[in-house]
Amino acid sequence: MSQLPLRAQLASALGRTAATLSRATGRGDGSVIGGRVGLLLEPDLLRKLAADRRLALVSATNGKTTTTRLITAALRELGDVASNAFGANMPAGHVSALSTNKAAPYAVLEVDEKYLPEVLDTTEAGVVVLMNLSRDQMDRAAEIWLLAQKWRRALDGKPAHVIANCDDPLVTWGASTAARVTWVAGGQRWREDSWCCPECGGPLDRKAADWACRECTFHRPEPNWVLDDEDVIDPRGDRWRLNLKLPGLANRSNAAIALATAEAFGLAPHLALPRLREVTSVAGRYTTVERDGRSLRLLLAKNPAGWLEAFDVSSAERPIILSVNAQGPDGRDTSWLWDVDYRILNGRPVQVTGERRLDLALRLDVAGVPFTLRDSFGQAVASLPPGDIDVIANYTAFQAIRTEFGRAE
Amino acid sequence: MQSSLRIVWIYPDLLSTYGDQGNVLVLEQRAHKRGIPVETVHVRSSDPVPEQGDIYLIGGGEDRPQILGAERLRRDGGLQRAIARGAALLAVCAGYQIMGSVFGGEEGQPVPGIGLLDISSSRGERRSVGELAADVDPELGVPTLTGFENHMGVTHLGPGVRPLSKTIVGTGNGDGTEGCHTGKIVGTYLHGPALARNPGLADLLLRWAVGPLPAIEDGWYERLRQERLAAVLP
Repeated sequence: MSQLPLRAQLASALGRTAATLSRATGRGDGSVIGGRVGLLLEPDLLRKLAADRRLALVSATNGKTTTTRLITAALRELGDVASNAFGANMPAGHVSALSTNKAAPYAVLEVDEKYLPEVLDTTEAGVVVLMNLSRDQMDRAAEIWLLAQKWRRALDGKPAHVIANCDDPLVTWGASTAARVTWVAGGQRWREDSWCCPECGGPLDRKAADWACRECTFHRPEPNWVLDDEDVIDPRGDRWRLNLKLPGLANRSNAAIALATAEAFGLAPHLALPRLREVTSVAGRYTTVERDGRSLRLLLAKNPAGWLEAFDVSSAERPIILSVNAQGPDGRDTSWLWDVDYRILNGRPVQVTGERRLDLALRLDVAGVPFTLRDSFGQAVASLPPGDIDVIANYTAFQAIRTEFGRAE
Repeated sequence: MQSSLRIVWIYPDLLSTYGDQGNVLVLEQRAHKRGIPVETVHVRSSDPVPEQGDIYLIGGGEDRPQILGAERLRRDGGLQRAIARGAALLAVCAGYQIMGSVFGGEEGQPVPGIGLLDISSSRGERRSVGELAADVDPELGVPTLTGFENHMGVTHLGPGVRPLSKTIVGTGNGDGTEGCHTGKIVGTYLHGPALARNPGLADLLLRWAVGPLPAIEDGWYERLRQERLAAVLP
C-alpha cells in the first residue's frame, strides 16, 4: 500500500512496539494495547491504514471470528490479507491488525456489532458482511433492534456492497438500506428474537425458511446464494458440496456467506472453496485437545443461539462437560441460561463446572436433565472414562480451559 | 384429582428477552413436585389473552416491544378481565411498568399503561444494571429477594399498592423500594428468571392460585440463593 504520512508511520510503529512488549511480558496477544497506543498518537490512524486496500467488515452476534477466518483464508488466493484473527474487534484491534500487515492489499476485519457504523464511516470499507442478530449479554450489549436500526442508518447512502443473511429478518432489515446487497439464505436456527416485524412490529408469518410480515410489505428477499444442507447453490445455480473440516450447520452457513463474499472480491467458488476447507479450528474453537487418554473437543457458546449451534455440533454419544462463568466479557447476568433448551442432553453423562455452576445446576434440574456438579474443569475431566468428550463453555470459561492446554489453536 | 393449574405466559414474542421463560418453567416444576397438573399457554401478541388462567406471567423487553405490548393488552382486555375474576399475576421489568398508569417510551415520552397497578413509571437518568437484594414486605412471608436488574425505569408507587420489598443492594423502583404488590399481583424489576432465585415468590403465586402447599426439597434453589446473597450482601 501507499506511504503513510510520517505521524501515522510513527504511531503505527510505536503501537507495534507496545504489542511486542505485551506479548514478551506475557500480558496478552498485544492486539488491543498496540492499537490503543497507535490511536492515541494518531486518531485518524484507522482511516489512513485502511485507505487503498480492499476491505471487508464482518459483523454478527455469532460466528464473527470464524467467518472472518474463512473469508481471510479464501482471499489469500488473491494476495496477502490483513485480519484481526484474535477477535479483538473494536477500533484498537483493527488498527493493530492493519499496522502489523501494512503491505497487504486486502483486509478482513471482524467488527463488534455496536462499532460497525463507526468503523464503516472511518474505513469506507467496500464490502460489509452481516450474518445474524440475537440476544446476547444484555447487561452490557445494546438492544438488537436498536443495533439493526444503527446499521440501517450507517449503510444508507454509502456505496458498500453488503453480503447479508436473508433468513434472519432483523439482519435483512438492518441491511436493506444499502445500495447493493447480495442475499444469502444461510439459515436461522434461533428464532426467538424474530417473531415480530422489525419494520412495523406486526407478526411475522414463517413457513420453512420463508418469512413475511402479516401487516406490512416487509418480507424475505429472494436469495442469490442458498445453503442447502451440505451444499451451497451459487447465483448461477451451480451446486457446491462444502466438505468443510469445521463441523456443524452454523459453519456451513458461515461458509456460504464466505463464498458469496469471496465472489464480491472477484474470487470464484472453485478457487475459494478449497481454501475454506483448509480451516480446521479458529482460536481454539472446534479444536481437540488430549489429556490422560481423553480427547476433548472444545466448543464455544456465548449466548442462547450459540448453544443451539454447539448442540448441533456435539455428538449425542459423547459425555459432555459444561462450563459457565459470568465475568465482564460473558455478561454478569446468567438469565440467558433459561433461554437455552438443555433437554437435548438427556441421556448423556453431563458434568457441570465453571464459576456459575450453581446457576447452570438449577437450570438443568428444572429441565429434568441429570448432571454431576464438579468444582473444577480438571475434576470434571478426571471423572469421565478415557475416550471422546465434548466441552461447551462460554467466553471466559472457554479461555480458561484453552489456557490449560497452552492456548490451544 | 384436582383440575389443572392454568399458567398463561403473555407475549413471549414481544416480552421475553432475559430468560423470562424461566419463571414459567419454575412454576411448572414446583407445581409438578406437589402433584398439581399444569396446563401452560403461550400467548403470542397477535392472539387474544385467554381469561380463564390461574397465574399470568409477563416479562421484560426493549422499548418498542414494550409499547406494542401495552397497546395490544389494552385493546385485548383479556388480562384485565382475568385479574378482575381473581387470577394471579407476576409482571416483570417492562411488563411491570406496563401494568401502571404510564411509563416512559424510547425518547422518554409518556406512554399509557393498562392501569392494573397504582404505579407510574418514567425514564431515569441512568441505567441500573446489576445484582439486587431486598427485604420482602413481611406480610407476604417470603425470604430476602435476590436477582438481577437491568433497566432505566423509575417507578412511583401510589396508595393503591404496597412496596414488594426494601432494597439492600440495587436500585429497584428508585426510592429505596423494589417492586410492588396488591391483591394477587406482584410487580418487580428483577428480570428474567426471578422465580428461580426466589422460589418463595413462586410458591406465593401458587398458593394464591391453589391454596396451601406442602413443603418440598429446595436443594439447588437454596444453594444458588445462598451463593448469590453471599456475593452481594455486606
